[in-house]
Amino acid sequence: MPDQPGRSSAEPLEFRDATKLYPGSSEPAVDGLSLEVPAGEICVFVGPSGCGKTTAMRMVNRMIDITSGDILLGGRSVKERKPEDLRRNIGYVIQQIGLFPHRTIGENIATVPVLLGWEKARISSRVDELLELVGLPTEMRKRYPGQLSGGQRQRVGVARALAVDPPVMLMDEPFGAIDPINRERLQNEFLRLQAELRKTIVFVTHDIDEAIKMGDRIAVLQVGGKLAQYAPPAELLTAPANAFVEDFVGADRALKRLALQRVRDIDLWTVATCRTGEQTNGVRERLADADLDIPLLVDAERRPLGWLSERGLTGERVRSELRSPAEPIVELDDILRDALSDLLARESMYGPVVDASGHVVGALSIQAISHAIGNARAEVLGAAERVSADPEHEPAETVEES
Amino acid sequence: MSLIAQSGGFLRDRTGDSGCPSNNGICLGWMVDHLDRYWSPFLEHVVITLIPLTIGFAIALSMGLLAHRQKWLITPLTGFTSAIYTIPSISSFLLLLPITGRGNDTAIIALTAYTLVIIFRNVITGLAGVPQHAVDAARGMGLTNRQLLFRIELPLALPEIIAGLRIAAATTVGLAAFAYLAGAGGLGANIDADIDFRGNVLVCGVILTLLAATLDFIVLSIQRLLTPWRRAAA
Repeated sequence: MPDQPGRSSAEPLEFRDATKLYPGSSEPAVDGLSLEVPAGEICVFVGPSGCGKTTAMRMVNRMIDITSGDILLGGRSVKERKPEDLRRNIGYVIQQIGLFPHRTIGENIATVPVLLGWEKARISSRVDELLELVGLPTEMRKRYPGQLSGGQRQRVGVARALAVDPPVMLMDEPFGAIDPINRERLQNEFLRLQAELRKTIVFVTHDIDEAIKMGDRIAVLQVGGKLAQYAPPAELLTAPANAFVEDFVGADRALKRLALQRVRDIDLWTVATCRTGEQTNGVRERLADADLDIPLLVDAERRPLGWLSERGLTGERVRSELRSPAEPIVELDDILRDALSDLLARESMYGPVVDASGHVVGALSIQAISHAIGNARAEVLGAAERVSADPEHEPAETVEES
Repeated sequence: MSLIAQSGGFLRDRTGDSGCPSNNGICLGWMVDHLDRYWSPFLEHVVITLIPLTIGFAIALSMGLLAHRQKWLITPLTGFTSAIYTIPSISSFLLLLPITGRGNDTAIIALTAYTLVIIFRNVITGLAGVPQHAVDAARGMGLTNRQLLFRIELPLALPEIIAGLRIAAATTVGLAAFAYLAGAGGLGANIDADIDFRGNVLVCGVILTLLAATLDFIVLSIQRLLTPWRRAAA
């Protein structure tokens, strides 16, 4: 057992042709599942009801035993280990959380440490530490689960699963029973936590949006327990492996793809900026080189003031004659989908992009966004073709598709 | 029937009384003066109530735990205990007499048998009512079956189990009033000895009611003590 919480290293997880066939059933619930989850990553099992995603997850801690094939945890077969010992070292979070109603929050969190025979003082300080980690007041340890809200119970469930700092966590629709607003908050909190803890996580959900948000990799399972595709979210959205995946990720997958990127990730348009009183000749020259043929009037701090009208350039020096306000102003760290939404809301084809201190760095246009989607698609397809062992086939050729 | 006849002589004794008892009335003065003659039957009644409850609880709980592990046993055990329960108490006392003879043993055996169905059913219901997700989480965290039973399932089934014990207690207090038919003691003999005398019947009734209420209160207090989470959550 690691003495210092938060210090145990994550372990890789590997499914090797893992199959579950229930007695009396002719179709396997999980059919020859093979995939690797690198240490410290979140792998999401997603798919419709009956696709075997929960079964696949429960095979890891032997809540369900494998019929054939194997699952390796840190290189060791789970079959070699006693189920109880195995489970005590795997965090387990389920949708209904399953807190013990007759035990206080502190006792609930201490479940596995008690099983492992930790000393009282160590358990007590670990409980406080975990409550803080999940953002709950330490006084809450004396309460009973029935006295907590759904969101608080969910946090306690996560704290309980992390109690002995297991290298691997299994999470079965952990946010499924939470209202959308709190779910979003808990997802974000959990991602922050994971950035710190770096556990190897198997996360089960039926919600493709949640899968895209939470997963480093996504395993899409289809009915019959067959793996349809195993890929990072971006790849899943740009290049679905088959019609099932395409259908499952939804017709709006290009838009979902935008949710994965920030404005800074794509090629922005160059924009000619100018200040009031500046020589118009210089501005005209810059305008010829810029992607956008309308100059942007900025202040001394290079903060956008508005799009300059033709009349502003008629004299020798720039006059502050605006054709339209510089709206919407987009930030480099904005999610691309949100930025596109802003553009659409203002009925604008482009908007100035500013950095964290408000200086203009370029412009985001709808064309730039659609170009980025096309590029991403070409990249993924190109990568796929390189994999298919045709060295002369340059990925650039596929760009024409977009 | 010689025992009843003998004790009936003492129990029926109304010498030194004024007119009220001879009219079979409700005689408060007489009741107060003669409470002592109910003391030892009362103690006997307590004994033939508590012993069957204790033994019955132990047997029914064991049966319940067994059936919880081996689900197929639930139906036959429920059937068996229910069948016992349908035998009228008076006939069961009389049926047991040739086998176990007159005395407390017979009464205790019969009364124990009657508690089984009530407690057994509540043990089964209680264990079945434990939230499935708590059981799943417990197993998923690596509790062994034994730890699961004693740390999670039994504590959570406790309110239901104790509810069964309360019903069994009240029922046994009442049924034990027939135990005198098997030659055991208890307040039943006092009632039977002078059943026309309303004062006598009333005293016995009040004592039995108080006994049942006290037992209920004690069991309920134990439950409240053991299940602090139920009050906290409310």
